[in-house]
Amino acid sequence: MQKSLSIDPGKCTGCLQCEMACSLENEGVFNTAKSRIKVFTFHEEGKFVPYTCTQCDEAWCMHACPVDAIVVNAATGSKDVISDLCVGCKVCTIACPFGTVNYNADSGKVVKCDLCGGDPQCVDACPTDAITYVDANATGLDKMRQWAEKTDNTVGS
Amino acid sequence: MIYLVVGSGPAGVVAAERLRKLDPLANISLIGSEPEPPYSRMAIPYYLTDKIQEHGTYLRKTAMHFEKLNIQLVQQTVTSIDTEFNRLITDDGETRRYDKLLLATGSRPVVPPVPGIDAPGVHNCWTLEDAREIIKLAKPGASVVLMGAGFIGCIVLESLALRDVRLTVVEMENRMVPRMMNDISGNMIKRWCEEKGVSVHTSTRAESIEALDAGKLRVNMSNGQSVDADLVISATGVKPNIEYLAESGVYTDQGIVVNDYLQTSNEDIYAAGDVCQGKDFNTGEYTVQAIQPTAVEHARVAAANMVRGHRTEHVGNLNMNVLDTIGLVSASFGQWMGVPGGDSAELVNEKEYKYLNLQFKDDVLVGGSSLGLTQHVGVIRGLIQSETKLGSWKERLQKDPLKVMEAYLACSQSQVATA
Ligand SMILES: Cc1cc2nc3c(=O)[nH]c(=O)nc-3n(C[C@H](O)[C@H](O)[C@H](O)COP(=O)(O)OP(=O)(O)OC[C@H]3O[C@@H](n4cnc5c(N)ncnc54)[C@H](O)[C@@H]3O)c2cc1C
Ligand code: SF4
Repeated sequence: MQKSLSIDPGKCTGCLQCEMACSLENEGVFNTAKSRIKVFTFHEEGKFVPYTCTQCDEAWCMHACPVDAIVVNAATGSKDVISDLCVGCKVCTIACPFGTVNYNADSGKVVKCDLCGGDPQCVDACPTDAITYVDANATGLDKMRQWAEKTDNTVGS
Repeated sequence: MIYLVVGSGPAGVVAAERLRKLDPLANISLIGSEPEPPYSRMAIPYYLTDKIQEHGTYLRKTAMHFEKLNIQLVQQTVTSIDTEFNRLITDDGETRRYDKLLLATGSRPVVPPVPGIDAPGVHNCWTLEDAREIIKLAKPGASVVLMGAGFIGCIVLESLALRDVRLTVVEMENRMVPRMMNDISGNMIKRWCEEKGVSVHTSTRAESIEALDAGKLRVNMSNGQSVDADLVISATGVKPNIEYLAESGVYTDQGIVVNDYLQTSNEDIYAAGDVCQGKDFNTGEYTVQAIQPTAVEHARVAAANMVRGHRTEHVGNLNMNVLDTIGLVSASFGQWMGVPGGDSAELVNEKEYKYLNLQFKDDVLVGGSSLGLTQHVGVIRGLIQSETKLGSWKERLQKDPLKVMEAYLACSQSQVATA
């Protein structure tokens, strides 16, 4: 059974430990600007919503890539960017309707969540269990999936 | 079943793979005229800057990829199609029969009516062969004139700038990337390029090209100035490759006209990619978009319909582009120029080269364009294509357009409003 990130914004306090852990794991620095998971702040509502790639089945980023630089990780189901092959054209960043593939000008390549290869560091870092790594069926990812389907041109293909 | 796919760019390759997946026993051939293994034009700019080698442009990198899928690669140019007997003819005189045919022959650069355009040293930037010629001539310090600052022109501009040439750009319209950026952002890109040492002439035409001694060229411009160059690159637009269809009866307009299943006027023939005049998601009109994401989506839908009958409707593609101009990233989506009776939101920061414009019809996002932003831009596509009703978030976006990601989270995931 493949697992997914499950996010419960109700539990998020906006402490940004997930962003710190992500940037340390993936970029080797504590710099929330480099995190692949991002906590969005809603001042008026007083809420925080962590958000990152849902590893959606449609994988627009992967299909749009002109050089086959995004592949499915057979072990985790995540869609991974093969940095050596990425030319930095950014087409995946506009193809992803969730806005979760982003360009990193320093490396000239794109970055996205790869579930840390099956041991997501944001989950370990979150002190309130707002982010958990659970069986894919139990994540309440349905809403994201519905959104994904609405955007899909090729439903049924 | 015999499937023939003509054109081995991204549309042809994705379609052939999809056909194989849906019809494991079929006989599938992919016919393309270029000598290289199937490659991606989009990767050429990165080949020009040494970021990748030729191999890095190939659409599929594993050895024997097509053999393993039992897709036969044929290097030939299709010269005509005999729709009466379901067969096509290639330039070696061979005839091939098909049950279903996909036309994915792409487009090619137009040749502008400029005297001297056929002089040696004037090149397009469209094929790997063009790229090899450009690499030979665009040496550091060389003088290069780029005709056309449209989307493709501007992509090539970045590669040339990185090759340290002395660059002059000539563009007919009053700004750069006129089909992607409005006056404000198009002129911000121009100013950015000038600051980086590129000489940009907008509202200017190249009137003639003279061949001088020792391979040098002189480009005379409509503003009375002229520039001497070692290389002239022509990027003044593209047009679909449809000439081989002249006698076929397959209906063409700007490109090959298709219905909502990507089927042409002939029931056994489908079309996809840059050659295909297919439905636009926003306007419902049939247009040639000539972009990579559309090519690939066409291919997937067309292949599904070729194998399984018309079960997959093509709802239309969103026109979208992303461009990096010497480090300044811009993107455009759908009806970025706005719609009659619609509303808009705009953020302009000339000093920091940041720009964002959003276009609404009622409370639905229908277009947008951005400059200097690289985080979460894709969500603009998502909001447009899902036709999400923004409700009160429309007003919030009009106050602060940068909150698009927040608007998406609030409206689509309902994780925010209901505390
Ligand atoms: C320099 C450059 C940069 C680009 N950058 C971007 C970008 O950043 N984003 C983006 O979205 N798009 C970009 N594009 C456009 C993108 O490359 C095209 O949209 C895409 O290649 C279309 O794919 P296609 O398969 O329809 O056509 P093509 O890739 O053009 O493939 C068509 C193939 O058919 C072959 N063919 C034509 N006629 C025949 C015939 N009669 N018989 C046999 N074969 C034939 C051609 O030789 C060609 O190999 C760029 C293009 C260029 C040139
Ligand atoms: S930026 Fe990299 S991963 Fe994304 S589409 Fe381009 S080459 Fe592929």
